[in-house]
Amino acid sequence: MNMITKIPEAAAVKAEILEKYPAKVAKKRSKSMVVNDPATVPVVQANVRTIPGIISQRGCCYAGCKGVVLGPTRDIINITHGPIGCGFYSWLTRRNQTDPGEVGPDGENFMMYCFSTDMQDENIVFGGEKKLRAAIQEAYDIFHPKAIAVFATCPVGLIGDDIHAISREMKEKFGDCNVFAFSCEGYKGVSQSAGHHIANNQIFKHVIGRGNTRPDGKYVMNMLGEYNIGGDAFELERLLESCGITLNATFSGNSTIGAFENAHMADLNVVMCHRSINYVADMIEKKYGIPWFKVNFIGAESTAKSLRKIAQYFEDPALAERVEKVIAEEMAAVKDASDEIRPRTEGRLAMLFVGGSRAHHYQDLFRELGMKSIAAGYEFAHRDDYEGRRVLPTIQVDADSRNIEELHVEADPAHYAPRKSTDEMETLVQHGYEFNDYDGMMTEMEKGSLVIDDISHYEMERLIETYHPAVFCAGIKEKYCVQKMGVPMKQLHSYDYGGPYAGFKGAINFYRDIDRMVNAKVWKLIRPPWLDTPQITAEFASA
Amino acid sequence: MSDAVTVNPCKVCAPLGACVAFRGVEGCVPLIHGSQGCATYIRRYTISHFREPMDIASSSFAESATVFGGSSLFSTGLDNLIRQYKPAAIGVCTSCLSETIGDDVALFLREYVASRKDVALPALIRASTPSYKGTHMDGFHAAVRAILSCIVKAKGATVANQVNLLPGFVSPADLRYFKELLADFGLDGILVPDYSETLDGPSWDEYHRLPEGGTSVERIASSANSAATLQLGRSLRAGGGAWLEQTFGTPCRRLGLPIGLRESDAFCDALSEISGHPLPEIHARERGRLLDSYVDGHKYLFGKRAVVYGEEDLVVGIASLLNEIGINPVLCASGGMDEAFKEQVLAVTGDAQRLFPGEMEVLSDTDYDTIFARAEALKPDLIIGSSKGYKMARKLGVPLVRVGFPIHDRIGGQRQLHVGYRGTQNLFDLICNALMQAKQDTSPIGFMYV
Repeated sequence: MNMITKIPEAAAVKAEILEKYPAKVAKKRSKSMVVNDPATVPVVQANVRTIPGIISQRGCCYAGCKGVVLGPTRDIINITHGPIGCGFYSWLTRRNQTDPGEVGPDGENFMMYCFSTDMQDENIVFGGEKKLRAAIQEAYDIFHPKAIAVFATCPVGLIGDDIHAISREMKEKFGDCNVFAFSCEGYKGVSQSAGHHIANNQIFKHVIGRGNTRPDGKYVMNMLGEYNIGGDAFELERLLESCGITLNATFSGNSTIGAFENAHMADLNVVMCHRSINYVADMIEKKYGIPWFKVNFIGAESTAKSLRKIAQYFEDPALAERVEKVIAEEMAAVKDASDEIRPRTEGRLAMLFVGGSRAHHYQDLFRELGMKSIAAGYEFAHRDDYEGRRVLPTIQVDADSRNIEELHVEADPAHYAPRKSTDEMETLVQHGYEFNDYDGMMTEMEKGSLVIDDISHYEMERLIETYHPAVFCAGIKEKYCVQKMGVPMKQLHSYDYGGPYAGFKGAINFYRDIDRMVNAKVWKLIRPPWLDTPQITAEFASA
Repeated sequence: MSDAVTVNPCKVCAPLGACVAFRGVEGCVPLIHGSQGCATYIRRYTISHFREPMDIASSSFAESATVFGGSSLFSTGLDNLIRQYKPAAIGVCTSCLSETIGDDVALFLREYVASRKDVALPALIRASTPSYKGTHMDGFHAAVRAILSCIVKAKGATVANQVNLLPGFVSPADLRYFKELLADFGLDGILVPDYSETLDGPSWDEYHRLPEGGTSVERIASSANSAATLQLGRSLRAGGGAWLEQTFGTPCRRLGLPIGLRESDAFCDALSEISGHPLPEIHARERGRLLDSYVDGHKYLFGKRAVVYGEEDLVVGIASLLNEIGINPVLCASGGMDEAFKEQVLAVTGDAQRLFPGEMEVLSDTDYDTIFARAEALKPDLIIGSSKGYKMARKLGVPLVRVGFPIHDRIGGQRQLHVGYRGTQNLFDLICNALMQAKQDTSPIGFMYV
């Protein structure tokens, strides 16, 4: 194993990286690169515009809206209103899975399809409303879906097509199909995060609360921010079911429009990806009285902790007992796998630059493998995802964020029902519950580790040159560049070809996949470019 | 096909093609003037096929720029790109956003150059590629033309053994083959573009900011001096070759993509004429082996029915090959919007009407939903095209032979060889074996000696 005993000192690495930037860029990037201290948690600049010409990991508003949030729901027809590219690129490229169940793969499952109005120049010049109206009609005539969603791409906002008016008109015309639209033009916001927000706002306005069916079961909850990449949601569904907990709606993975409509019938919301959906949890609580807390099902220990938290919330000793039984059963296999694999991964370094929560969650899995997460950062997260929600009041709202609608929500006169009394909530808080809270990534990272928001290509390459980690986690855009540098790269957007990684069985899958990667023979056959590069060496602060 | 809604598109957008072409210039970084999402989407998509680093910069439009124009973001983007990469060239293409608001990128570039007179700037290439016009192939060809028109400034004395090859959107393996073939004819080829190394490079033992390879700006600048330009692809009308011919009088020969024996013969004949050398022995033997394999395989192939889809020129090439080996291309389909596509297919399959009368459909400007509906009715024995046909092949229970772009459910799409005698041999073996395997797998006995 090519372990390095001395780990370069983060502040020196940061200085060296910034040195190569023009002064103005260096000043801006400096604020987004911090040396962590979990006790004091320094401020990290996040959710600000990417500098032009700096090659970024980030996608656009449309990608966050159509690709991420609406993509994994099988019975909605998603129509991209725009030229062909955007629809094509977001056509089933995230490895979201779905289980259409009894209706079979040809049932109400439109995830295999890419619908686009394929705008041509005459639509740009004369407007695309007519074509959009006809496209919605055709999609309805062919498939008779329960819902049709329309997504604006860049030119749509510029030429002024009124996608919302057309959607209202078509919804009224059909009567049995909910049609709604998203003004998620690619230029809005600074990353896909704006698109998540726009998507979730519309789902909240147009879908949640339309149904009134509560699924059978004593303990009914929703899971927010779980996108069923590689079958994660399937594994969590199995796990919750074996504990006797009923999962009502998952936003959005293996999801259906019907489950969304009934989301307000559950008694608890748990949040996986804080970044993409925390505001929905807040809005549901305000409107319907359903409390929420943060969970993490990535990592066996975190899974056990999250399950216990859910069980305790429902305040039933029988449930707690059943959950303990399930944890004990599942943990036996986790321990076997860990005992076998950990000696081969112990002490090695990982870096995670991905998403808006994954760079945090996956550190738990690396910890279980005995690996150190030396540097991490998000692609599209905000300061609260790094530093915790306590900083929310101090986050400055800039012009880019101000353009994203904030919904004003009040208690629903018919459906608001607090699931717990004030006293009950207080008791739970006294028992250590943190409702409506998230402590962020940095409180759980070691002192002296490096936190970098919206890492650029150049910064990523410098980190690899300096630290040569055993594994680097990001997305496909970074994959081959990292691998050219002789370092294995794990995709945490699509999981490469693997998964599920959630829950106990998922943890075992992850251990095996990381073992397979970091110990693959090929890394010994190639001579990586950094091998002869002199390093900045200094003692790692907390070592 | 329905009129308004495109269901499962059989084409990608123009800037993608332009970015791939720009990667074929040595030291060139593509920059998309538009939202950063375009660069990200196009990177992630091309990377899933080539499995190589693919840096594409963006001017990262913010909402305010849609009102005030993207000029300052554009020049900041160029500044940062030059400082970080020290590129030899920057290939600028546009998106539907910058085109819709009417940003004058030509003016931006003139102003940029004028304001930085004291610095050595890279070659600046500019192509207009609004996504609402045409397909990725239009973007590809617009970029090729832009590479030439932005770099080639003058014509010197003609160099007898120098030729320009505008190969079209082929694989890195195809480009390597072309280079080898030209060299064997004693020709000094200038390939525009040549991403054979940049998009299919070896593992690195030293660090590269930009992958090595590509045709250098200097070489491209001398392309007006070539004895001829060979421009491949029957669908291409006003390509870069036409521009060189009109501007500098460099003769342009328009040929089909050399797939199959006859199109490869036509290509090699042209090389032979230009170079004054006969087909080199090693390639003559490859041609001979190819023909011999046609004989060996004809009984497995004759009368089989194929559905072929993809870029126009690729489909025409495959159709020509199928016609030679006795397979009837019952459906030739493309997302390309040129109505002349049908004529181009018929030009290489004309005699098929004698053997399989009335049994060939040609669809342009189509989508996979339509292709699938027709394929269901036409009952093909195999499907030839990109990974996007997998679901169709699975539903129909017939093999899919993966060619072209994108191939993201198999490894080696970038190494798939399609052109010349050697590429045709590769395709022939793949097609033949796919059909033999399908027969074996569906046979109740499963003969292993056939």
